[in-house]
Amino acid sequence: MSGLFDLFRGRREPSSREVAKQRLQLVLVHDRANVSPGLLETLKDEIVAVISQHLEIDRANVQVTFTQSRTESKLVADIPLLDGRRRRAGAKT
Amino acid sequence: MEGKNMAGQVITVTSGKGGVGKTTVTANIGVALAMLGKRVVCLDADIGLRNLDVVMGLENRIVYDVVDVVEGRCKLRQALIKDKRFPELCLLPAAQTRDKSAVRPEDLIRVCDQLRLDHDFVLIDSAAGIEEGFRTAMAPADQVLIVTNPEVSAVRDADRVIGLLEAAEKQPAKLVVNRLKPDVVSRGDMLDTSDVLEILAVELIGIIPEDESVLISTNRGRPVAMDVKSQAGLAFRNVARRLLGEDVPFQTLRGQSNIFQRFFRMIHSDGRQG
Repeated sequence: MSGLFDLFRGRREPSSREVAKQRLQLVLVHDRANVSPGLLETLKDEIVAVISQHLEIDRANVQVTFTQSRTESKLVADIPLLDGRRRRAGAKT
Repeated sequence: MEGKNMAGQVITVTSGKGGVGKTTVTANIGVALAMLGKRVVCLDADIGLRNLDVVMGLENRIVYDVVDVVEGRCKLRQALIKDKRFPELCLLPAAQTRDKSAVRPEDLIRVCDQLRLDHDFVLIDSAAGIEEGFRTAMAPADQVLIVTNPEVSAVRDADRVIGLLEAAEKQPAKLVVNRLKPDVVSRGDMLDTSDVLEILAVELIGIIPEDESVLISTNRGRPVAMDVKSQAGLAFRNVARRLLGEDVPFQTLRGQSNIFQRFFRMIHSDGRQG
């Protein structure tokens, strides 16, 4: 019943079923690839260190994740820049 | 496997995690296959933690066990306990006072090769875990059934076992989802079969609903597959038919729900069960 309300409200707290599924998918990616969450943290810190030498990045929102499908494994780094507005090259700020 | 028409098939039932219902699943698929007229041996490979005998209700008739066979104290035929309810069903019990190392993989292969000659199916109840006992139970398997519960730890361990089987180049395992509670799934508090399948990416062979009649029948030593009124019993009989190659649709079992929940489910899930 609450599900129907939520449908109209647009957003809802995820059910424990959904949480379980997401947590499982995440933990299995690590189990299968033998990539520990600790290794990802290390990678993230080092990537941040390298990129910060050249660009100003929003360190708090950097995400490094490992994804896996039947056919491929991927390391995905999402690195937001600190000034997210679009600028034309050469434009004065 | 060659000569399939003459020699029986060895199916190992395993799970990774303990307590998900391996023994119950083994006993009931065995009974269900026997009800379909197949010649079946249920083999308890959980040495030291013998349990298939009590679940099948044959505990009072054990004289010899699989370790006696392996160590040559008796003939294979002498250790087989015939189930009087089904003349084509028998049990080869585990030893209770020994440990896993008493039966090596090559021993079990030898025993199974002998059993194949005059049985259609040899169902092996594996030890939990992924160590020695698991490896021994896997050795003779033509086919592997993985039992899991719709629950994070059981699914995680099932994934680990699937990985090990892939590494061992076994045929892809088939999945039995045990103890599913349709009403809890529909209120959003239990993984559904579709979630488990998406995560594990294996073929489904059975969905067994949580059913009090399983407990009651186990109390009585009378496997629930014999109970024509039980939903779980029907689900086990369906697994047996699928093992024989029949295309049996998965039953649609529903928990109690009102019309709104049903509407909501309609848009959200495929609701495959049974």
